[in-house]
Amino acid sequence: MVQELAEVDEILGKYGGDRSALIQALLDIQRENRWLSKDALKRVSQEFGIPLTQVYHISTFYKAFTLMPKGQHLVSVCLGTACHVRGAPRLLDRVIETLKIKPGETSADMRFSLDTVNCLGCCALGPVMVVDGEYYGKLHGNEVGQIISAKEIE
Amino acid sequence: MPRLSSATYLEKFRKEILDHREPNKPCVTICSGTGCHAYGSEEVFGGFVKEIQRNGLKEKVDIRRTGCHGFCERGTLVVIFPEEICYVGVKPEDIAEIVSTTLIENKIVDRLLYVGDDGNKIVRESEIPFYKYQSRIVFGNNRLIDPKRIDDYIALGGYSALAKALFKMTPEQVLEEVKEANLRGRGGGGFPAGIKWETTRNAPGNTKYVIVNADEGDPGAYMDRSLLEGNPHSVLEGLIIGAYVIGSHQGFVYVRQEYPLAVENLNIALEQAREYGFIGTNILCSGFDFDVKVHRGAGAFVSGESSALMTAIEGSVGEPRPKYIRTAVSGIWERPSNLNNVETWATVPLIINKGADWFTSIGTEGSKGTKIFSLVGKVNNTGLVEVPMGMTLREIIYDIGGGIPGGKKFKAVQTGGPSGGVIPESLLDTPVDYDELTKVGSMMGSGGMIVMDEDTCAVDVARYFLNFLAEESCGKCLPCREGIYQMLKILNRICEGEGEEGDIELLEEIAGVVRDFSLCALGQTAPNPVLSTIRYFRDEYEAHIKEKRCPAGLCKALISYYIEPEKCEACMICLRNCPVEAITGGKNLVHVIDQDKCTKCGTCLEVCPPRFGAITKLSGVKMPEPVLQGAEVIRKRGGKR
Amino acid sequence: MSEVTLIINEEEVKAKEGMTILEAARNAGIDIPTLCYHEKLAPYGACRLCTVEIIRGQRSRLVTSCVYPVEDGLIVKTESEPVIKGRKMLLELMWARAPGVQPIRDYGMRYGITGVQAIRDYGLSAPKTKFEIEPTFCILCGLCVRYCAEVKKKHAIGFIGRGTEREVVFFPEIAREECPNCKECYELCPTGALPSHYALAEAHHST
Repeated sequence: MVQELAEVDEILGKYGGDRSALIQALLDIQRENRWLSKDALKRVSQEFGIPLTQVYHISTFYKAFTLMPKGQHLVSVCLGTACHVRGAPRLLDRVIETLKIKPGETSADMRFSLDTVNCLGCCALGPVMVVDGEYYGKLHGNEVGQIISAKEIE
Repeated sequence: MPRLSSATYLEKFRKEILDHREPNKPCVTICSGTGCHAYGSEEVFGGFVKEIQRNGLKEKVDIRRTGCHGFCERGTLVVIFPEEICYVGVKPEDIAEIVSTTLIENKIVDRLLYVGDDGNKIVRESEIPFYKYQSRIVFGNNRLIDPKRIDDYIALGGYSALAKALFKMTPEQVLEEVKEANLRGRGGGGFPAGIKWETTRNAPGNTKYVIVNADEGDPGAYMDRSLLEGNPHSVLEGLIIGAYVIGSHQGFVYVRQEYPLAVENLNIALEQAREYGFIGTNILCSGFDFDVKVHRGAGAFVSGESSALMTAIEGSVGEPRPKYIRTAVSGIWERPSNLNNVETWATVPLIINKGADWFTSIGTEGSKGTKIFSLVGKVNNTGLVEVPMGMTLREIIYDIGGGIPGGKKFKAVQTGGPSGGVIPESLLDTPVDYDELTKVGSMMGSGGMIVMDEDTCAVDVARYFLNFLAEESCGKCLPCREGIYQMLKILNRICEGEGEEGDIELLEEIAGVVRDFSLCALGQTAPNPVLSTIRYFRDEYEAHIKEKRCPAGLCKALISYYIEPEKCEACMICLRNCPVEAITGGKNLVHVIDQDKCTKCGTCLEVCPPRFGAITKLSGVKMPEPVLQGAEVIRKRGGKR
Repeated sequence: MSEVTLIINEEEVKAKEGMTILEAARNAGIDIPTLCYHEKLAPYGACRLCTVEIIRGQRSRLVTSCVYPVEDGLIVKTESEPVIKGRKMLLELMWARAPGVQPIRDYGMRYGITGVQAIRDYGLSAPKTKFEIEPTFCILCGLCVRYCAEVKKKHAIGFIGRGTEREVVFFPEIAREECPNCKECYELCPTGALPSHYALAEAHHST
């Protein structure tokens, strides 16, 4: 996978070499390209004048960043305390069973990526699953299969 | 529009806005916080726009998307002014009826009203018990404004506190007011904001910073999100006033990237505030300059710790620093930096407008004003509540929260997030107060209030929080990184039925060192959930360890699902729903769960018809012998035995 | 810079304002254990072994001596009971990750930890170590990373990840150029595992 360095340059241009904007720039690149490639990180290190070690530390420290490409559909299960108390672990088990991948992984066909998140702030709907930005609340395990199948067809 | 060039112009402009608004003009307000978004508030909004247009009412009825109302259990909330008619759980299919019945015929749609415990339907939002007992001085304006429109905020008196501070008060006078009000940090630490401001103000140096900590990381807490989404100007106004006192010309808002709507509304608010002259150079022509940068977090709980947050703003990894020199003296780039929580900043304009005397008349001796809590978990009325300090936990959970759903028994309420502890039933009359909550082994925290019932396992709660902290630890210092890891290993063993004598004592021993030797507050408070669950629910720990029994029936390794043969009516519902086909049986054949295949997902228990109630969870007892497959038991349909 | 007097283990110690308790103690010949401290590097505060107890009036506190600034009249106890209790636990936790390495063994003998007892009483009757051994042979003291960044300014080695996933890695593109002629971090490493880490990184990169 070759990442468009031109896109990376455009994003970096916005910040005008301001080193304190490193995390912000990486967030933009992650959102644009769905991952942070080695080449992108090297470019960031060069343009900002920040050691590669520091760029890598930040990229591996924060959950928002991935060094592997994410799948087409992003599935997140909330494991916040309120959702936990309302049965989120069971929901997560069903999602893992359905998608056949574990949190942090992407399916081999690159269709789905699964993540857990610590509180989306809609605790009244707990337990919550988000698929491509759409929120599904008060889920029973059985509904998971339906939601995922619908996405597969898309 | 031209920038407002003085306090007088601001008042003129405010009057102009109000003159153009008819107080009695019907207005349909739709709650549009993230929670209601998830319920489909955008479709509801779209539906109203269409339906109102279709009925030729576009000029006669306003529609407004507001900030979060707080009653998240009943979203999407629609409140119609001027009568304040509150409809709960509104869906797109209800819109046509609302428009024709309420807007055109001036009648109420009964079925969409909130029904109280006594069966009475309540029309006005403020009379719903959930709201009635609250004191929504900070949060209340959310429901009246569209956060994307600064004019709404100004119409309610917004930025009058800023004008008062800039033109009628000196920075010292503003500082005195905040100090007298005894406003304590709402992010959890409870440190007096006025004193922090004073330290920063007096610290040597000309460049100083003020920061809004919107990294709300406690899982289950979303008060700051709703404030920032729903009323960003209230936070900004407080921030500018603080900057004025401290002598800072650059502010930062550090906000979680997991809150995209908050980031969006904040950026819109900043743009509009700049346009009007509330932020930027020569604010309201007072000579005071101040601007704000937004810095998004990238997914690390530890970066919400103040020294870590400042390191992240500098562009480095958001790891805490050993803090013997206060960040108020040496913070971002070693300059004096004052950090406060979202809610703390949002409270400042109120104190300036209404005075410290008014503020101190609310609350307790040591904790003044109100606090916003996210009341979530096993509670009927989930949502955001704002109460005066001193109200008891019992009043919050039962009078406002409506008690525990499903007739279950209350077990504990958890406050303070991963740094806090559990509070059992015997202490439900503890008032919410910084010091009182600390005394019982918990803390105020940022405001997360998680209610737990008889089905929640106390040991699992400790494990949950330690697991969270293990993932969030930055890993720099040894006691936090390795100590939490080892405590988690022990708790996992206990929950998996491999607890040993001495485990509780070892947990306590490690906990002490993690608490006293960790570099930052994450590690220092990490032992709290463990120590407080041991303090109040030691019997549960001992049951897990000695009897391999989970009293709450939660820990998978310690429970088995069992179909009682005498109660089974062979209806096949559980059999068909079992995701791993672990149930054998058939019509008129007693159903049996194959324990080797069973994944303890609990679906069978959920779907077994309540009138049969044939499935139970067993824990710590020997499994009864299974019914022999050959023994077919014929059941009479509905007959008695 | 003015002079201050502090009292360490009931002994008067003179120091200059701006020094840390650790520096003042070392100057006076008082030994406080450390594993992540180095005079040429900014204090880091990761190993927590240098924690000492300070007393002001009736209240005492545990602080990290490598970063805590000296104050006139400060009373310091470097080997009080809570300090020793904590150091023992820290060493036990370290032993689980880097069993048997010299500096941990030395401190372990000084304070008496299970790992050392297990070696001494080698055999079937040896006591179990307090924590299961899961060796990484890295205690994340950061000396290598910090030395390469602050002294050599080459940034050939760095941290990645967080929590127990945190680790030290060589960056092959830079390490290949810089390390063969340097290797100064090797002797700083408390566990002595750096050379193997480098070899592994080199091997991985060339495949």
